[in-house]
Amino acid sequence: MFEGISSQAYVYGMSAIAASIAVFTGFGAAIGQGLAAGKAVEAVGRQPEAKGDIIQTMILGQAVAETTGIYGLVVAIILLIVQPFNL
Amino acid sequence: MEIIAEFSIGQNTFVIHPTVINSMLVVAGLCIFLIIAGNQVKKADPSQPSRGLVLFLELLVGGLNGAVKAIMGAHNVSFAPFIGTLALYLITANLLGLIGLMPPTSDYNVTLALALFTCVMMYYQGIKSQGAITLFKSTVFGDFPFLFALNIIGELAKPISLSVRLFGNILSGTIILGLIYEGAGWLSIPFTPWLHGYFDVFSGLIQTLIFAMLTMIWTEGMTVEPKAPATN
Repeated sequence: MFEGISSQAYVYGMSAIAASIAVFTGFGAAIGQGLAAGKAVEAVGRQPEAKGDIIQTMILGQAVAETTGIYGLVVAIILLIVQPFNL
Repeated sequence: MEIIAEFSIGQNTFVIHPTVINSMLVVAGLCIFLIIAGNQVKKADPSQPSRGLVLFLELLVGGLNGAVKAIMGAHNVSFAPFIGTLALYLITANLLGLIGLMPPTSDYNVTLALALFTCVMMYYQGIKSQGAITLFKSTVFGDFPFLFALNIIGELAKPISLSVRLFGNILSGTIILGLIYEGAGWLSIPFTPWLHGYFDVFSGLIQTLIFAMLTMIWTEGMTVEPKAPATN
């Protein structure tokens, strides 16, 4: 099955698969951001006069929750562009 | 578009990376703007209501001082110039993608340098405020002494998370827009303004806000309020 594939091409292909798995961290970040947005909507519904504060806190929390997704993205970019395993 | 400068002294050729040049462009632009603004403020008549540039600057400085006072407490207002410098540089650097230049913050060296000196400043202020031994005890052992390993990892992760967050966000925007410009050619004209709006303006401003906010929150956690002198 793997005959005729050079080891360099094999590492390229595996790096691409690894990058796609790493980007999958966006799954968790998206769920977290969605939960935060839903709770913020509930809070605005309960207390419409505090809308500005709620939106500011929500965006701060979402940006911090997004960090894990960005870690995955950075790992994927390193795998695809820097190619640390392709010696 | 990338500006690369090369010069040679004798036999050696030195290359100045576009990150450095773009960073210098940002600093030069900010300097020119602030010199003009300072002259306007000096010429302004305090008895008249302020207009135009002076009003804008008043709102900027007032908002910054208010935010620092609200988040870090009234005893830490002296941090406002540091936070303001950081925020101005980051906003201008992140918005540089709008004129087709590479934002300096899409280079990990720049964001790591910013995060490292922010962390050094933070620990210096913490040691100055509550002493090295108290700071060590409160950050490493904290409320749960048996979790000291986790606390140490958490402290080490601070500069990494601060720098990688900004770097990843700006770099992803640069890469996606570069792919669209390369792949779609002139067909990209109706789509790229919206993507620039999201990746450069929205992401850039949000990441600037997060950077400044986390700096303020962490520094506030390191410093303690000075005890009021006893009044008799």
